Amino acid sequence: MAQIIDMPKLSDTMTVGTLVKWLKKEGDPVKTGDILAEVETDKATMELESFFDGTLLKIFSPEGSQVPIGVALCAVGKPGETVEAPKPPAGSSGTGDSPVGSGGMADPAMSSEHGRAACAPQPAEPPKPDAASDAPAAPAPVPATPPKPQTEAPRIPNERIRISPLARKFAREKGIDYTRLQGSGRGGRIVRADIIAAAENPSLLAPASTAPTAAGGPSSSAFRAPHSAFSTGPIQEERTVVVGNMRATIARRLLEAKTTIPHFYLDIEVDAEPLLVLRQQLNAALEKQGVKLSVNDFILKASAEALRRVPAVNASWEGTQIRYFGGAHVSFAVAIEDGLITPVIRDAHNKSVFQISAEAKTLGKRAKEKKLAPAEFTGGTFCVSNLGMMGITKFNPIINPPNSAILGVGTTVTKPVVKNGQIVIGQTMGLTLSCDHRVVDGALGAQYLAALKQLLEAPALLLV
Amino acid sequence: MPLITYREALRHAMAEELTRDENVVILGEEVGQFHGAYKVTEGLLEKFGPKRIVDTPISEAGFIGLGVGASMLGVRPVMELMFWSFYSVAFDQILNNAANIRYMSGGQINCPIVIRGPANGGTNVGATHSHTPENILAHHPGVKVVVPSTPYDAKGLLKSAIRDNDPVFVLENTILYGLEGEVPSEEYLIPLGHADVKRAGTDLTIVTYGRPVIQSLAAAQQLQQEHNLSVEIVDLRTIRPLDIDTVLASVRKTHRVLIVEEQRPFCGVGAQLAYMIQNEAFDELDAPIQRLGTVDAPAIYSPPAEIEQLPNSQRILKAALATMGS
Amino acid sequence: MSKKSTDKTAAAAKKTTSAAKTGGANAAPAAAPKPAASGPNPSHSSPVNTALSADEKVELYRKLVRIRRFEERSLRAYQAKKIGGFLHLYIGQEAVAVGCCSLMGKDDHVITAYRDHGHAIAVGMDTKALMAELYGKVTGCSKGKGGSMHYFDPARNFWGGHGIVGGQVPLGAGLAYALKYKGLKGAAMAFMGDGAVNQGAVHEAYNLASLWSLPVVFVIENNGYSMGTSQARSSAGELATRAAGYDMKWEIIDGHDLYDVRAKMEPLLRRAREESKPALVEIMTYRYRGHSVADPDKTYRSKTEIEDYQRTKDPINLFRAILQSEGALTDELIEKIDTEARSEADFAADFAEASPFPTPEDIQKDVYWEADNPSQRTSGGRLFFN
Repeated sequence: MAQIIDMPKLSDTMTVGTLVKWLKKEGDPVKTGDILAEVETDKATMELESFFDGTLLKIFSPEGSQVPIGVALCAVGKPGETVEAPKPPAGSSGTGDSPVGSGGMADPAMSSEHGRAACAPQPAEPPKPDAASDAPAAPAPVPATPPKPQTEAPRIPNERIRISPLARKFAREKGIDYTRLQGSGRGGRIVRADIIAAAENPSLLAPASTAPTAAGGPSSSAFRAPHSAFSTGPIQEERTVVVGNMRATIARRLLEAKTTIPHFYLDIEVDAEPLLVLRQQLNAALEKQGVKLSVNDFILKASAEALRRVPAVNASWEGTQIRYFGGAHVSFAVAIEDGLITPVIRDAHNKSVFQISAEAKTLGKRAKEKKLAPAEFTGGTFCVSNLGMMGITKFNPIINPPNSAILGVGTTVTKPVVKNGQIVIGQTMGLTLSCDHRVVDGALGAQYLAALKQLLEAPALLLV
Repeated sequence: MPLITYREALRHAMAEELTRDENVVILGEEVGQFHGAYKVTEGLLEKFGPKRIVDTPISEAGFIGLGVGASMLGVRPVMELMFWSFYSVAFDQILNNAANIRYMSGGQINCPIVIRGPANGGTNVGATHSHTPENILAHHPGVKVVVPSTPYDAKGLLKSAIRDNDPVFVLENTILYGLEGEVPSEEYLIPLGHADVKRAGTDLTIVTYGRPVIQSLAAAQQLQQEHNLSVEIVDLRTIRPLDIDTVLASVRKTHRVLIVEEQRPFCGVGAQLAYMIQNEAFDELDAPIQRLGTVDAPAIYSPPAEIEQLPNSQRILKAALATMGS
Repeated sequence: MSKKSTDKTAAAAKKTTSAAKTGGANAAPAAAPKPAASGPNPSHSSPVNTALSADEKVELYRKLVRIRRFEERSLRAYQAKKIGGFLHLYIGQEAVAVGCCSLMGKDDHVITAYRDHGHAIAVGMDTKALMAELYGKVTGCSKGKGGSMHYFDPARNFWGGHGIVGGQVPLGAGLAYALKYKGLKGAAMAFMGDGAVNQGAVHEAYNLASLWSLPVVFVIENNGYSMGTSQARSSAGELATRAAGYDMKWEIIDGHDLYDVRAKMEPLLRRAREESKPALVEIMTYRYRGHSVADPDKTYRSKTEIEDYQRTKDPINLFRAILQSEGALTDELIEKIDTEARSEADFAADFAEASPFPTPEDIQKDVYWEADNPSQRTSGGRLFFN
């Protein structure tokens, strides 16, 4: 069994190393203690030492590449042994904040699980936008009528009232409207003595304003009525909730993706009618075999097939190089309690829509039960996020690194369309491709969407 | 009750503990044959002999490190620093070794050492000999810091410090060495971490420790007579552990606070106190918390100027009036 | 100006890199280490060595190998990101700790600096707890609070594991002071590197030990470099002979030869115990790895130099050859010891991996004796702040 040698941690502060020079080449014999390569860290150029005896079978990281800790550099094993290509890096974990040993655990495990749960599977490569897509947010609710003070002291409206914490507490207890007082402390601050004096001698209080207020006039209380006519209580209990592992991972990864990947978006409208017809036929004909294909199953299949036709989209930005993947490993977003996760259909390009359907069903179920193994939600090369079932017509999802594109799928809309020069009732579906411009240019993204459209509008192609 | 000096109170504390526990040993520069640079240990050599009262060379890092090592094996060294100002040449031994060894060993090793000596200005010895490092010491978890203001407190606290299983640093005051106070002849201990209300009052709380306690008491008397102000004085006595509850109880009574310390303001003990008071008694405050400390410069030599650089009863009086007017 | 001085420094570095050791050795009579084969070595026939049974010799050899395999395994773990911070390896110096600590009786004490793995294993600490400490786990010898530089085991008279260069040396004098003060038997060994000898605290400790006749042997492990600066570039004069200024006995020892370490340390340690007199030894040794594993290793010495030491002076190879010639070690046994040492190291790593991390609640434990023993607490007030 070949040993994969990863980029080691060579200093206390290192997160990424530059492979300066290979001192052995593929096919060379290697023994324990041999220096395989030189690696430049943040502190120095260090030697990469072999802990194994054998033959250098394969070099994965060429000279000059910058490789995060834990990513495969080369393989050492018996001559002639075959070596599996290493999985694409599951996101960099090389921040100075991540606890050591994160090779064996997801970063956030330390923070909320006290590190005790290090063995429990955590979404090392998680969540991806779906619910968290950047479809334009609704504007923050604005109260119809801003609350107005019920009383006004003879001072500049809205001026901040200077009052000591103790005096404020006293005023509340004694029911004194301190906004009608002049303070005797430094800078006019109302102090405890002022409240006591006002309590004993109410004439010290300035007259209240006679201006009508929303609540219909001055209140005897110094304090605003807690409820206006419009509200009937809080919309929810005001509270704070500690951010859990999954939410923290979603926050970190999506913030990083949205702020470091140059996104652009391409929209296309697909005639969904042929797809819906085919789906209905297949489901009716195969009902007895227990087959029930969803629209999403076809989209997953079509996405993979389109990647076969436009493979340049099936790629990943790696800083100094672009990695093109041999297999279309298509992930899809599943909303689960407290967040979401993206299980992966591995080698979707080699699977039938029936296989994909069965696999997606199992993965989706396991995802909701939080039973996915890390291998089941890592290693995707392209992602599909579908909000069609919730009535969303179109949205721009955030790319799930290290992917270079993500497909946002909208709902099927029944609407007038022009077919053969006639206005007829058609069924259309909106698709949006979010692209990483470092890897996918506009024309390339457009080619991909065109291929996808062709496949979905002639869905029989997906069955061959 | 007999009247004895602060110096004698410290000496009595050490003598009693030397008698009580054979593991107690006094080490320091000039503590034996010379009778102590400030005569605190005078007579101890004659009484306890050279094994228990040990003159060291001028070698603070060496002998304090030696004391730390000896304490790991159960000796209870009471080390005199001729001035706490010299802690800087032994900083690594005091704050890397003594403060951390229990922690770094996962609780396997204790360091029951006492380091004591004067830490004060006001005697015109210039910037190098006038440090008051209680804030710097107390910044380090693992250590305890004691600053007694009276003979009674000095004796009771030093005895507790010597019996303590953690490192305890006792910061004394050369100006207070001659101060007389009532000290019972029977044995007593004052547990660390208990503040003492040195004067009860209703209008203003002065939180202080060390020599400014004495100065604040004088100011309080004048404030009562001339301004009809009733001032409560809380003497912290121990900086770490900190008896903040006694401080907060006083704040709830008077609602105004002045912190007085022989410390430069930046990152001083008063900064921590002010934070804790506002955090835990915000609604009790009728005015911003005020601080009076050493004027922010190295200790000046010039005698009249140094009086004005340090807290004194007139500066405290003015600061108290300002706190009442704010 | 700055360019000129840089050039000068570089030139000096070049010159001294290869000469760092021999410069010291020429002037020091007993220093030049010779392989055992070159002739009868009086140390080898010293009573402390001839008294060893074959089994005892094998156990000494086993300790050397266990230390090396443990550290090699820890390096792998470090590179796999299992270990934080620094990792200062002792590889190449094993005969010093094993030789010295093999002379310890139950009343003797040890303290050392941050390159402490060898001493910890030499005094008998469990490698599982040591590896777990590197991994930052609660099962570590310091509960994951000390790390590589801060191993402790007072039950085995091992007082650390100290991070600041030279800072532990006065503590070592203090251990000796406590022995003398309490009238206990035994002596203390205070280890330091050659980089510590110019720290003031070290000289203060020398002075106090000699002034007060403390039972301590100061041990300089001279591996030639204080981090990346050769002895010639950092220390004026000789290291061991500085003891003369403090009226202290001194000795220079070949640290590649375990028998020499034992032969020359034993009388000094015995003298410390019996006569309460301090001594200073300088043990010539060599480390194969960087100052810490994160530090560059080519800027100040040549690869050839390292390889020469590995080839001709490796303490494990030398001792193995001696034991083979004495008939105490067979090829079969050598293989067995090595295999067992490797499995022990792997087992320690597995144990460390499987152990839990400290919790946030653990952070504030072991700070104050009083806080950890609340029923016996006498003080009031807050010990911790936020």
